Amino acid sequence: MKTNDVILQTTTKVVFFIIFLFSIHIFFAGHYSPGGGFVGGLLTTGAIVLLLLAFDLKTVQKALPFNFTIMTGIGLLLALGTASGSIFFDVPFFTHAFSHFNLPLFGETSLHTAMIFDAGVYLVVVGAAITMIQTIGGDT
Amino acid sequence: MGFVLLIFLPIVAALFIPLLFKYLKGIHTGWFVLFVPIALFIYYAGFITTTMDGGHKVSELQWIPSLGISFVSYIDGLSLLFTLLITGIGALVVLYSIFYLDKDREKLNNFYIYLLIFMSAMLGVVQSDNVISLYLFWELTSISSFLLIGYWNTRDRSRFGALKSMMITVFGGLMMLGGFVLLGIMGDSFSIRELIANSSSFIGHEFFTLALILVLLGAFTKSAQFPFYIWLPDAMEAPTPVSAYLHSATMVKAGLYLVARFTPIFAVSEVWIWLVTGIGLLTLFWGSLFAVKQTDLKAILAFSTVSQLGLIMSLLGASAVAYHSDDAIFKFAAFAAIFHLINHATFKGSLFMIAGIIDHETGTRDIRKLGGLMSIMPVSFTVAFIGSMSMAGLPPFNGFLSKEMFFQSMLALRNFELFNFATWGILFPVIAWVASVFTFIYSFYFVFKTFTGRNKVDKLPKKPHEAPVGMLVAPVILATLVVGIFFIPNLVGKWLVKPAVMAIQPGLYSHPSEVDVHVAAWHDFASPELWMTIALVGLGVVLYLTMTKWRKLYDIQPHYLSLNVLYDSMMMLSENGMNRLSRFYMTGLIRTYLMYMFAFIASITTATLFLKNAFIVDMDSFTAVSVYGIMTAIILVAAVVMVILAKTRLAAIIALGAVGYSVSLFFVIFKAPDLALTQLVIETVSVALFLLAFQRLPALKTHGETKRNRLGNAIIAAAVGITVTLVALSAHSQKMIPSISQYYKDTVATEAGGGNIVNVILVDYRGFDTLFEIAVLAVAGIGVLAMIRLQLARKEAKDENK
Repeated sequence: MKTNDVILQTTTKVVFFIIFLFSIHIFFAGHYSPGGGFVGGLLTTGAIVLLLLAFDLKTVQKALPFNFTIMTGIGLLLALGTASGSIFFDVPFFTHAFSHFNLPLFGETSLHTAMIFDAGVYLVVVGAAITMIQTIGGDT
Repeated sequence: MGFVLLIFLPIVAALFIPLLFKYLKGIHTGWFVLFVPIALFIYYAGFITTTMDGGHKVSELQWIPSLGISFVSYIDGLSLLFTLLITGIGALVVLYSIFYLDKDREKLNNFYIYLLIFMSAMLGVVQSDNVISLYLFWELTSISSFLLIGYWNTRDRSRFGALKSMMITVFGGLMMLGGFVLLGIMGDSFSIRELIANSSSFIGHEFFTLALILVLLGAFTKSAQFPFYIWLPDAMEAPTPVSAYLHSATMVKAGLYLVARFTPIFAVSEVWIWLVTGIGLLTLFWGSLFAVKQTDLKAILAFSTVSQLGLIMSLLGASAVAYHSDDAIFKFAAFAAIFHLINHATFKGSLFMIAGIIDHETGTRDIRKLGGLMSIMPVSFTVAFIGSMSMAGLPPFNGFLSKEMFFQSMLALRNFELFNFATWGILFPVIAWVASVFTFIYSFYFVFKTFTGRNKVDKLPKKPHEAPVGMLVAPVILATLVVGIFFIPNLVGKWLVKPAVMAIQPGLYSHPSEVDVHVAAWHDFASPELWMTIALVGLGVVLYLTMTKWRKLYDIQPHYLSLNVLYDSMMMLSENGMNRLSRFYMTGLIRTYLMYMFAFIASITTATLFLKNAFIVDMDSFTAVSVYGIMTAIILVAAVVMVILAKTRLAAIIALGAVGYSVSLFFVIFKAPDLALTQLVIETVSVALFLLAFQRLPALKTHGETKRNRLGNAIIAAAVGITVTLVALSAHSQKMIPSISQYYKDTVATEAGGGNIVNVILVDYRGFDTLFEIAVLAVAGIGVLAMIRLQLARKEAKDENK
């Protein structure tokens, strides 16, 4: 089926980046204002789904040449690693640590191991969701 | 910390096996593995001086202190003896396996990983002082045994044997766990030493006999006692090094270890003495009787192992008598048990290795096809001869000494006054003697039918020749020990046996040297044991020579009346029963399952709510209704009605989206930006997902539902809705405990260093939830992938025998 969706495709090219950047913002902002890894991951998924709707699966796979199943695994490892990392410092499993640093460009910034955990959540959400969507939508 | 960590050394070494196997193809992986048991053996041998003085060493590693569970390595005479057996025989078996398993054709990485796991597990079993970690290692031996029996997993028999051994030993293990828990309740401790110290208070406790029987079930299944022995002959499908190691020298002796270890606790009980001695003797008799029937070399050895395990078991049972009587004649049994355990490990290990060599060099283990191998394989013959004669109980081999002591202990039981032994005691020496006659016959049968007689070399699958030197090293070492122990029994007794005896009977001795047993090959002409042996040899030789005539008697037993058939039919029955039970409610349709779940949730929640009088509504706590709220609610209801009434699936999907968006509007109205955001995005993604999967979904039509179905669905749907409403109302109206929100508000900045409570809950306060949720998500993703990909790949059927 050949459809003419020039408008959708053109808009998507712009909107994708807006959503994606917003998702990154939401991910980083999570600890202090609404957002976090889960929502961030879902937003990114939404952006990719938009791409999938506008273009076909092959084009998207070419544009984003990641193996999303492996991404799921990496995310899970990251989350589990952060959680179990604490036992090496002789504190109970899942104890987070945070501190304030003075970074160039960012200035006074608070860094938190919970962020690494959240990154794991982000990756799992994107990876699992896109894996499902690709497999279900893929072979028809 | 300390040497408790050494238990885990083999498992840690196993981590490197795949690398060694992959990158050092030229060298047989076994050579690397060999270091592990040798190093451990040398290290543990250093403990002999401690245990010889009646001392022990303890090393502890905390695991779950709050539950009293820890890894404790407790080394006394008994555990040291087993440890040395595990590492010593382990080293010989690994050496043997290097020549037995071809490095180019076999999956050596799997083999050695399983073997090393087993080694760790077995060390854990015999060294653990904590019953819970003992149980853990116990099951690990079952699992590694399962993997090793099924090593040639393309064979039907291997898989069958592996499963059978697993079913039976894990069943026993679970029973044993129950026994341990009961002991833990009685003694208020999981430490064996503390349990032994408190054991005097157990007598008369209502759990005492139950715990005893449960622990014995574990021991009997593992040590292949009647009627659980049936797994051991089928376990012979394992590669021969495994049979020699697990199924004759170490794992099957774990049950004996358990019985020995728990003797101080249970020995006071009459049930214990009768069960352990009785089942042991029955097994001894049964195993030796059926060993003669077998035609497979390894099957003969398997039944012989069963029978010898029964012998040691009965001796351990008899050793408990020493707790009831001070007579010196009852104190032989414990010594004899441990002594025979060592002897059995040496001669049976060598015999298994010879059986493997014959299989390897001739291509068959069928004794009917073998014969006249003596001239071709002289070294193997010598080793087999030594092993068999020791098994038969002839001098000058170590089996003779322990068998004499066995007779002595059984004869002593006649003089035991308590527990009806005065009436039935005479049966013990009689059964023991008859069983020994059969032992004598199968020992002769094993060695002479294979190595002497008519030469049938031409008909063998392979042209036989003597095994390579490397393969002979291990059996020759064991055979040397068989002869050597005969000449220095008292030295072995002093180093290994007496410290172990002291561990079995700690109340009776305070130093190993007090164990007043002197092993002698020659007593005097008046001793009944000597005449029993002479009569045994006489009858044994006669029966062996006339074997072809009376062996037909075995055919009397009808095929359907055997324990194996019982096991098979029990397995069939349970499989069919479970299948039928599952088919009864599993229709394969998701909507049926959803109906079960919703109906159950709705009824059980509502019932609890009203039974507990928990349904209270407090009107005052409600927020005022806003115009926006009412508007959104109207949209929500309208969208839901649309979903139900929609004629096409597309319309239903869009209406469902509307439902979700209006819910997120509610979140906005009630000032929950995080929830609103998440709901919004989820809704978008799931609508998109529906659209993507649109083509795969079947047309929207009824599934042959009748009016009654629809009515039932409507009732369940309404019930779920009402339940949720009721729960929400009453949960909001009453607070049993103050809300946790205040705690979050107070600590979010100080403890967690964040500002957004919702996200901090997700990643920090309740991080566990999130961790498991994303794990579930990942599993779901992989599940979808697997189901759809597998459905495509299933086209070609796969044969599991390839």
